[in-house]
Amino acid sequence: MDWQAFLLTVRLAVLVTGILLLLGLPIAYWITYSRRRWKFLIEAVVAMPLVLPPTVLGFYILLALGSKSPVGVWWESLTGHTLAFTFEALVIGSVIYSLPFTVQPLAAAFSTVDQKFVAASATLGASRLRTFLRIILPLSISGLMTAVALTFAHTMGEFGVVLMVGGNIPGVTRTVSIDIYDQVQATNYTSANQTALVLLAISFVALSLVYALNRRVWALWPWR
Amino acid sequence: MRTLLAAALLALLCALPTRAVAGELTVAAAADLSLALQPIAAKFQRETGNSVRLSFGSSGDFFNQIQNGAPYDVFLSADLGYPEKVIKLGFADSGSLRTYAVGRLVLWVPRGSQLDIDHEGMKALLDPSVHKIAIANPQHAPYGRAAVAALQHFQLYEKVAKRLVLGENVGQAAQFAESGNAQVGIIALAHALAPSVRPLGRYALVPTDSYPPLRQGAVIISRSKNKALAGEFLKYLAGPESEAIFRQFGFEAPKESR
Repeated sequence: MDWQAFLLTVRLAVLVTGILLLLGLPIAYWITYSRRRWKFLIEAVVAMPLVLPPTVLGFYILLALGSKSPVGVWWESLTGHTLAFTFEALVIGSVIYSLPFTVQPLAAAFSTVDQKFVAASATLGASRLRTFLRIILPLSISGLMTAVALTFAHTMGEFGVVLMVGGNIPGVTRTVSIDIYDQVQATNYTSANQTALVLLAISFVALSLVYALNRRVWALWPWR
Repeated sequence: MRTLLAAALLALLCALPTRAVAGELTVAAAADLSLALQPIAAKFQRETGNSVRLSFGSSGDFFNQIQNGAPYDVFLSADLGYPEKVIKLGFADSGSLRTYAVGRLVLWVPRGSQLDIDHEGMKALLDPSVHKIAIANPQHAPYGRAAVAALQHFQLYEKVAKRLVLGENVGQAAQFAESGNAQVGIIALAHALAPSVRPLGRYALVPTDSYPPLRQGAVIISRSKNKALAGEFLKYLAGPESEAIFRQFGFEAPKESR
């Protein structure tokens, strides 16, 4: 078991989940409440990472971050090194790759909130932000939990994008799933097995949490 | 209407031939062969009338698949280690192992690079403009092991270890350098000579005495039902026509490197 890779992956997953919550909440809110006719385009873009092979995302991210692209050149002039093969590159790649796993549960939860409460809140003079924080979000708590659990688990187990943009540097970009792949390639099956079992357990716990929450067994939680 | 369409489709599917009548060989081949092997297999098909199906991938992946009963007839590895292991585990015929080609290692830089790899050779890696050096993963990729051996031979390994980025195989290492994300790649001559890569940069051969020869081994899989044909194909690989093609695509004939 490569603890360095494990801790790195947890760090990546926590960071990506945090960033995606900040990005995903407004996007999901907009998708739920916007009446723009071209809304479906944004919905399609958000859902794309679900259907695209990670190799496609990884390939384009590698090109977009490379020293031949404007983004790559700008980053290099700023920091003195290229963006590919860094932890930051993994964060950027994972944020794109896991975006639908945050936005879709949130949007689904927001859309089930009874509009009467929202309207009542507005007539009582609450701002939109206040209505969102005091009415919509508390009523969507299981969707929020689902989004967090799915995003975290999905980032923990991500392989294709990391393989394409990471460069497999120990302590920087070597994640657990890459480590498992390397161990299998090098025929170290025992080591691969140990690490794989840990990932299996984490996925199971995360998904159990999601289904338990959706069954509302936590109805006794104080804030509900 | 819909049922009719479904029935027609089903009938069509059943009518399709499921298996070719002539001999069909399924070959698992290391990724560095992806260019050289296709013309060789095409020639073999034309001359013998048998068809050859080529699967390209990492030797380590094939090793795992063969252990789990993958239906290959021939395994063309990028090294001798995996074929030897396959034989030891009883999944390949022990008498069938032979070296069919020898790979060469090159330093590769993208077009426009200021590095003087022709004169400085491996020492060019110490240039401050080199932030990242792409190699294949030495843990399991033969070209990665050769690259590390060459770096150690020139006493550069400790100095550049922090700048190494690892591709899952030598093809990915080449891609890291081609895309400009790494300033130098230590890759296979077979990749540097590929028509799609050639205009993108230049290369310098890494001296052969600095790394163990990259002998690539072939074996016939024990479960194969086409062993006679597999033997014929291996013999064809060692023939003069194949040798010329291998050379053209960046490999040496086995005897030269002895």
